[in-house]
Amino acid sequence: MTMPLLQAQALTVAIGGKTICRDFDLTLHVGECLAILGRNGAGKSTLLSVLAGLRAPQAGAVRIAGASYATLGPRRSALIRGWLPQARADAFSSTVLECALVGRHPHLARWDWESEHDAQIARAALAAVGLADFAARDVQTLSGGERQRLAIATLLTQAPQLYLLDEPIAHLDLNHQIAALQLFAERAAQEQVGCAMVMHEPGLAVRFCDRALLLFDDGSTRFGACADVVTAESLSRLYGYPLREIRDGEQRWFIPA
Amino acid sequence: MPTRRRALFILAALVGLAVLSIALALVVGSIAVSPAEVFASLFQGADGMAGEVVRSLRLPRALAAFACGGLLALAGALLQVLLRNPLADPYVLGISGGAGVGALLAILLGLTTVGINGLAFAGALGAMLVVFGLAHGDGSWTQTRLLLTGVIVAAGCGAVVALMLSIAPEYKLRGMLFWLMGDLSQSNDPQLVLGVLTAVLLISLPFARELNLLARGADTAQTLGVAVERLRRGVYIVASVATAAAVTHAGSIGFIGLIVPHLVRLAAGNDQRLLLPASVLAGGSLLVIADTLARTIVAPQQLPVGVLTALIGVPVFLFLLARDPQTRR
Repeated sequence: MTMPLLQAQALTVAIGGKTICRDFDLTLHVGECLAILGRNGAGKSTLLSVLAGLRAPQAGAVRIAGASYATLGPRRSALIRGWLPQARADAFSSTVLECALVGRHPHLARWDWESEHDAQIARAALAAVGLADFAARDVQTLSGGERQRLAIATLLTQAPQLYLLDEPIAHLDLNHQIAALQLFAERAAQEQVGCAMVMHEPGLAVRFCDRALLLFDDGSTRFGACADVVTAESLSRLYGYPLREIRDGEQRWFIPA
Repeated sequence: MPTRRRALFILAALVGLAVLSIALALVVGSIAVSPAEVFASLFQGADGMAGEVVRSLRLPRALAAFACGGLLALAGALLQVLLRNPLADPYVLGISGGAGVGALLAILLGLTTVGINGLAFAGALGAMLVVFGLAHGDGSWTQTRLLLTGVIVAAGCGAVVALMLSIAPEYKLRGMLFWLMGDLSQSNDPQLVLGVLTAVLLISLPFARELNLLARGADTAQTLGVAVERLRRGVYIVASVATAAAVTHAGSIGFIGLIVPHLVRLAAGNDQRLLLPASVLAGGSLLVIADTLARTIVAPQQLPVGVLTALIGVPVFLFLLARDPQTRR
């Protein structure tokens, strides 16, 4: 049995007086993709930031590659886990390439400057999200979707083992949604990485993820293989609206009844 | 892409500018001193009137101006990153307000220069501790909360300053106003400010790349390997000490701390590894030039140097800002 990439034990998380989960266990191994589903305000992002080590849980422990964030320290943590924020604002202008190069920070020593090798990694990441021609553009001139893809490129430049993605396909149009999800699913399958992502579309979740975590409004959770956990019945309860499952060959879609 | 070579090239050019500005400050003044005499008095220890003027009046004043300008520009650059707000300047967190209250109180009480400096520094530190304590009180330390606390403390200090100005006797008003607008005419001992400048620059530089990340957001910086809380506290303290030292020495000289980091950013990009030392050099040079003009334009009368920094800085800044949209795509 290999060491889990991400492990949460007896986790209790609350925000603003609302309990998101209680005594909750989760493990994620290399090669796995986890979809986190729930209604607005169910605590998806809060839980993800706890898993990312940005916020302390009320109780319980989070470990990445077997060690706690406190033991690893920020720098070694950054070599293991990457986090895609839900929103971002650029206070200062900089080029797209500079923004992507930021991902190299944990790989560089204190006095190092980014080398040509680092720039190649950043350019490859930009190319992977279709921003190859944008390297010299000012980030403040990008559209919402382009900015989102740049954030993904920065994360790819960081090249962590564990990708924690808060709404990775927000602002993206359909083709880029599929491309981004395919990219992460392929990385999980081929490279030694794992992903956990907050999603809003259960159909895409079951198509690209193999595991799912449902966060219900009452603080209860369901965690397991997508095939078992994501059903019309559980989703209807999750969203408080009846959903119907439509099958198209291998693919399952869920539409409001 | 930022490279070390480009940064060193730009810094070398700015060192040249700094040397030129100080040379100008040594040559120009109410007593004519030729460049040859300046050289002789500096490097050959020549005596006489010229040597005396250059060594004991103009050089200390130019070095103090350089140090104060460098400190203010560095503090401004650091606070703009800390608050992620391009409008932040060294005075936004109330440090100069606190210093102003202390200094004016000292002038009102009729204290000597040492007393004025002492109370100004105490006031600056007091404001810094109040803002830090209030903004940090409940553990959350958001940029908005810090900014708001600083602005409120600064406003409170402003009111106290206005109160003291209104009750001050006529003959003390001029001194008080000059202190408030920034004045380098009392500078004869630049060692302390130069020392503080060297210290804060050496402390900041190793963290420059982490500051680049902090400018992109605290959570992003944290997940990319920056110990954000520690870095923020350090930046706050370093920027505060830099501001307090400059304000104590030269009064609240405006615009340098706001405009110089922007000038450098517009001209050379927002990489703190280059921006911090470049701001020090550019801010120092700008204040040396402004102070030289302040004491020569209407000599023997001296103008408050803060007015000059604004008069030079504002048009240059507006020009660069107007030029900017064409150069970036």
